[in-house]
Amino acid sequence: MIRVGFVIVALAVFVAIAGPFLSAYDPNAQELARRLEGPSLSHPLGLDELGRDILARILAGARVSLLVGLVVVTISSVTGMFFGSVAGYFGGRVDDVISRVVDVLMAFPGILLAIALVAVLGPSLRNVVLALSVIGWVGYARLVRGQALRAREFEFVQAARALGAGSPRIVLRHVLPTAFPSVVVQATLGMAGAIIAEAALSFLGLGVQPPTPSWGTMLDAGRSHLFDAPHLTIFPGVAIAILVLGFNFLGDGLRDRIDPKMSQ
Amino acid sequence: MPERAPLLTVEHLTTGFQVRDGFVPAVIDVSFHVSAGDTLCIVGESGSGKSVTALSIMRLVEPPGRIAEGRIIFNGHDLLTVSEREMQAIRGAQIALIFQEPMTALNPVFTIGNQIEETLRVHGRATRRTAPQQAIDLLAAVSIPEPQKRVRDYPHQLSGGMRQRALIAMSLACEPSLVIADEPTTALDVTIQAQILELLRDLQQRMGLALLLITHDLGVVAEMADRVAVMYAGRIVEEAPVRALFDDPKHPYTRGLMGSIPGGAPGTRLRAIQGTVPPLGALPPGCAFAPRCPERFDPCPKAPPGTTDFGGGRGVKCYLHGPAVEPQVAPPAPVERV
Ligand SMILES: Nc1ncnc2c1ncn2[C@@H]1O[C@H](COP(=O)(O)OP(=O)(O)O)[C@@H](O)[C@H]1O
Ligand code: SF4
Ligand SMILES: [Mg+2]
Repeated sequence: MIRVGFVIVALAVFVAIAGPFLSAYDPNAQELARRLEGPSLSHPLGLDELGRDILARILAGARVSLLVGLVVVTISSVTGMFFGSVAGYFGGRVDDVISRVVDVLMAFPGILLAIALVAVLGPSLRNVVLALSVIGWVGYARLVRGQALRAREFEFVQAARALGAGSPRIVLRHVLPTAFPSVVVQATLGMAGAIIAEAALSFLGLGVQPPTPSWGTMLDAGRSHLFDAPHLTIFPGVAIAILVLGFNFLGDGLRDRIDPKMSQ
Repeated sequence: MPERAPLLTVEHLTTGFQVRDGFVPAVIDVSFHVSAGDTLCIVGESGSGKSVTALSIMRLVEPPGRIAEGRIIFNGHDLLTVSEREMQAIRGAQIALIFQEPMTALNPVFTIGNQIEETLRVHGRATRRTAPQQAIDLLAAVSIPEPQKRVRDYPHQLSGGMRQRALIAMSLACEPSLVIADEPTTALDVTIQAQILELLRDLQQRMGLALLLITHDLGVVAEMADRVAVMYAGRIVEEAPVRALFDDPKHPYTRGLMGSIPGGAPGTRLRAIQGTVPPLGALPPGCAFAPRCPERFDPCPKAPPGTTDFGGGRGVKCYLHGPAVEPQVAPPAPVERV
């Protein structure tokens, strides 16, 4: 499974980088006369409501999905690692404050909070990233806090203190590295979550603005042609499903390799 | 032997843990001193407060633990009054603590060399350029064969004895003047124990270290100590130069310990005395040893005995040797409201 996941993700990354060169068509070029046409030899996935090549748009959309996922996961995990390690290592009052904030954010259904945030900030890709990061970091914080609590008991952490190392040094050298493998697993799975969330927000018109191709906006456009031209919806939907599956396979596989105990 | 000014003097140290019902002492009114070139052994059963004493000196007791009383004078400064930053500069550089478990005291994800270099860098004793060679030299100094290869090993690649040598190299990297070794050989098998002890003795002589060696093993005491402090249930119940202690143990607990080492072979555990150390917070009101003491008599359960001084560095807390009662160290009575 980890191999399948790896292949899918690697392929998606390749597509995201090489995207424009893989298709003969410009994702924004319109061929209005052939709008809503189904798959054919010249357009293997058909044409959309403006007569644009769906394959070209899916290839281009991969870039948006991966980019959003990557940025969200990076911001969330770095923020989460910082607050989680501080809370777990120092404990006490600092921990109380951070843990309460995490609890509160976790109590909201994440996607609703993101929708509310984007609605307030205004629809744009940047605000989607921001909103998903605001809800995303808490998972990492909670994970790393737990690991930091455990790490504090490790004798080598005590030994480092006995050798005169200060707290920032101990956190960076001894606490974060022990948490890092689980963070990588969480981040891989987090990519899947962020990709779905971005698609959902774009589907609702809160994310990527036309004409930039995104899988979410493609789903949105296909909605009104669900019965007369289902290929508008099916192909981006399948693309999302495959990529999300890929990240989930990869994440689960990594988790099993890194720490078999975590998988239950 | 002329008595040098002590490098470390611990006075009336009381350290304990805050629990729901109040403060429970694990180390009670402990006083001792160690000079350069001198080895003081603290010996006692598991749970008697030895490690808490060591952590108190390093100021590494973590909440809910806290140092409630006392002074820890190192090199003329009271460590309990210096800032945390000053304390960090002292830890590892002037006072080193060697842990019992060399496997867990080393971080499994870094090489031996990396961990020694890190210690040097923490205290600014090496640059990126000089550190690798210094690490090799340090491993050579603790007699690890092929040190230029071993620096690249991870802890799990070394045997227990080699790991403890590496840990000692790490602890001594910044040339501390006081070394506290908390049961440094307990996790090792007997022949390796003897080698590590010999290494410690050798390093102590070469570097003129003050060595505070914590053990539950009277064999180790006989091998290493200049002076001995016998600890029981948080208190030092007897202190004596090593010969005097073995020739004429005065405290019934010490005698019990002696009875438990046939020939003083290293590695022998203290288990010949009936019963166990009373748990924290359940100390009897009088002499803490009274429930197990074969020589218990009238005054014993009433109040803890104080120190009877025999001169020549000998002191005993036991009513068999004098009527001294421990000065009241309990917290002051609550102020009465009218
Ligand atoms: N972190 C802690 N919290 C509560 N009690 C502790 C803690 N550390 C040690 N103690 C208690 O303090 C007493 C002395 O422990 P310790 O100094 O480790 O004994 P020794 O090293 O002599 O075996 C024991 O009763 C132990 O249970
Ligand atoms: S004071 Fe009494 S109970 Fe305690 S050791 Fe001495 S004789 Fe035994
Ligand atoms: Mg101990």
